[in-house]
Amino acid sequence: MRRIKLFTIDALPYRQPIPVYGYRFGSRKKTLAIMGAVRGDEVQQMYTAARLVRKLSELEKQGAFASDLGVLVVPCAAQFSMNVSKRFWPLDNTDINRMFPGYAAGETTQRLAARIFDALQGYRWGVHLASFYLPGDFVPHVRIMDTGYQPNEEGLDFGLPYLVIRKPYPYDTTTLNYNWQVWDTHTFSLYTRSTDFIDEESAEMAADSVLYFLAKKGMLPYKLPESVLQFLSEKGMLGSVLPEGSKTEMVKEESFVNIHNRAGGILIHYRHPADFVRAGNLLAEIIDPYTAEIKEKIFSPADGTLFFAHHAQLIAGHSIVFRLIPKEES
Amino acid sequence: MAETVVKAPLPVGEALTIQKNRITGRDAKSRRLAVVTGTHGDELEGQYVAWQLARVLEEKKNLLKGTVDIYPALNPLGISTIYRGLPGFDLDMNRIFPGSRNETMYEYIADGIIRDIKGADLCIDIHASNIFLREIPQVRVNEKTAEVLVPLAKLLNMDYIWVHSAATVLESTLAYSLNMLGTRTLVVEMGVGMRITRSYGDQLITGILSALFHLGMLDGEAPEIKRPVVSTDGSVAFINANASGFFMPNVSHGEYVKQGQSLGFIGDALNGAVKEELYSPVDGMVFTLREYPVVNEGSLIARILGGVGL
Repeated sequence: MRRIKLFTIDALPYRQPIPVYGYRFGSRKKTLAIMGAVRGDEVQQMYTAARLVRKLSELEKQGAFASDLGVLVVPCAAQFSMNVSKRFWPLDNTDINRMFPGYAAGETTQRLAARIFDALQGYRWGVHLASFYLPGDFVPHVRIMDTGYQPNEEGLDFGLPYLVIRKPYPYDTTTLNYNWQVWDTHTFSLYTRSTDFIDEESAEMAADSVLYFLAKKGMLPYKLPESVLQFLSEKGMLGSVLPEGSKTEMVKEESFVNIHNRAGGILIHYRHPADFVRAGNLLAEIIDPYTAEIKEKIFSPADGTLFFAHHAQLIAGHSIVFRLIPKEES
Repeated sequence: MAETVVKAPLPVGEALTIQKNRITGRDAKSRRLAVVTGTHGDELEGQYVAWQLARVLEEKKNLLKGTVDIYPALNPLGISTIYRGLPGFDLDMNRIFPGSRNETMYEYIADGIIRDIKGADLCIDIHASNIFLREIPQVRVNEKTAEVLVPLAKLLNMDYIWVHSAATVLESTLAYSLNMLGTRTLVVEMGVGMRITRSYGDQLITGILSALFHLGMLDGEAPEIKRPVVSTDGSVAFINANASGFFMPNVSHGEYVKQGQSLGFIGDALNGAVKEELYSPVDGMVFTLREYPVVNEGSLIARILGGVGL
């Protein structure tokens, strides 16, 4: 393992210079790059990358790397925001992940995005440990933006429960994932359950899934990720829901069913991501914040697996309470 | 008369409600102008325009034909919390249009706004830069729609029309979405965030009256308006900070400068040093100037419209 300084965030005189480090493993070939936190609340993403640094370091010491495998892990480029508990750039509230591919002569977060992008250039595969724009809990999954630049099936090699194919919206065109693809790196976004707190189980799954991906490519010893198998087994998904011969189900995001609420109030969940539900099952209730009376009951409109659940306890009307993968997609 | 455009219940005893002020003249359904503002919660220049326009039109009601809808706050929660974006939501409101009835609450609101404005003969979307930069009164037009919109933009009594290049990410703006739906929409930028510049507001109101006259919605004489400078991206020079510190300008906003003229400097308050001196790369007019003194490396200091002189 070699630690290299990729660049420095220089905000003198008000803050001290902040070095951004990358951790290099294996050969000098640019095989796989992993980007951790780019937003100040992505603690889980930084932690997942850090776990990966530790795992890769151990594997490298054991001599497990294929001769042509070279990996870069960047745990964090969001120190400036993270140290003051801000999700975005503290001065102007801009989001680095809406600034790619960046512009070296542009505004502050455009310049930072350009430096990050420069460090991540030229890799065959890229993994962004991403967080979502809605506050909520997910089933751990790998996500590909369907740009036509890469084969979507490659995402199956992570061995996570789901591979989600997303059609990019205009606002997606300035994300790292989208631009990394355009610049010839096959790119995957890995989503764990959480963002601003650490979820050990899904962090382990995500880190293992990256090693599994490299194993499937013949660059590390083949090893089924125990964390993924344990998760699938606990959720009753092993060998039943999943297609034979594969550990991953590929779903298109547009097939998801959004389950909305009409009333605002306190949200009480009765079911959670990865639960299989039947049409008519009670999923949640919206409670009156003054009287605790039930204002609305949220039922499942179809059989399927819950993929996403709104996180906050207070909820406005017309929100997405759950996203469901309907059974015919399963 | 105040009308509700779209609403959604908030968690605790309140509703997010988008409202408009509908002012009708004779033959109310014949034509419609929409004036919208407050997409970004820190942009307040449009507040004065909405207020004053309503007063002026009430006075001229006997000359008005058709309907004028004034939407003073597309993002009322942002305005009330001094927050540029949508409280509790990652995306900028001007990146979620045309919205959707099947996604999040804010996209539902955006969908309701689009449905309400759609079909107007003209929409004027008023912005006020942000808290960092001061802008001269201008209209920004996407090059894709320039042929149709530049002649209309010239009616608005603004100093400058900037025809900018098309970017995919801008396809989620209110203006782009409405233009694609066939509702001609002009984006006005003027002033600075968190402040109101009365003279700019009055200038735009004259422009809106001029647009109403040319749309056949206002009788009487056409208001006298100024002729704006029209340019494309190629004429605009950007000056960004290459050091962090505080910026002190040596020029005024709207001033004409020569190539090589000092625009200001970035100082270091810790040791009294000048970290960077900034110079104009072209002869031209400073149409954007840094207002908020603290800068990071990369912060925009000024934009200069090249090739124009006194």
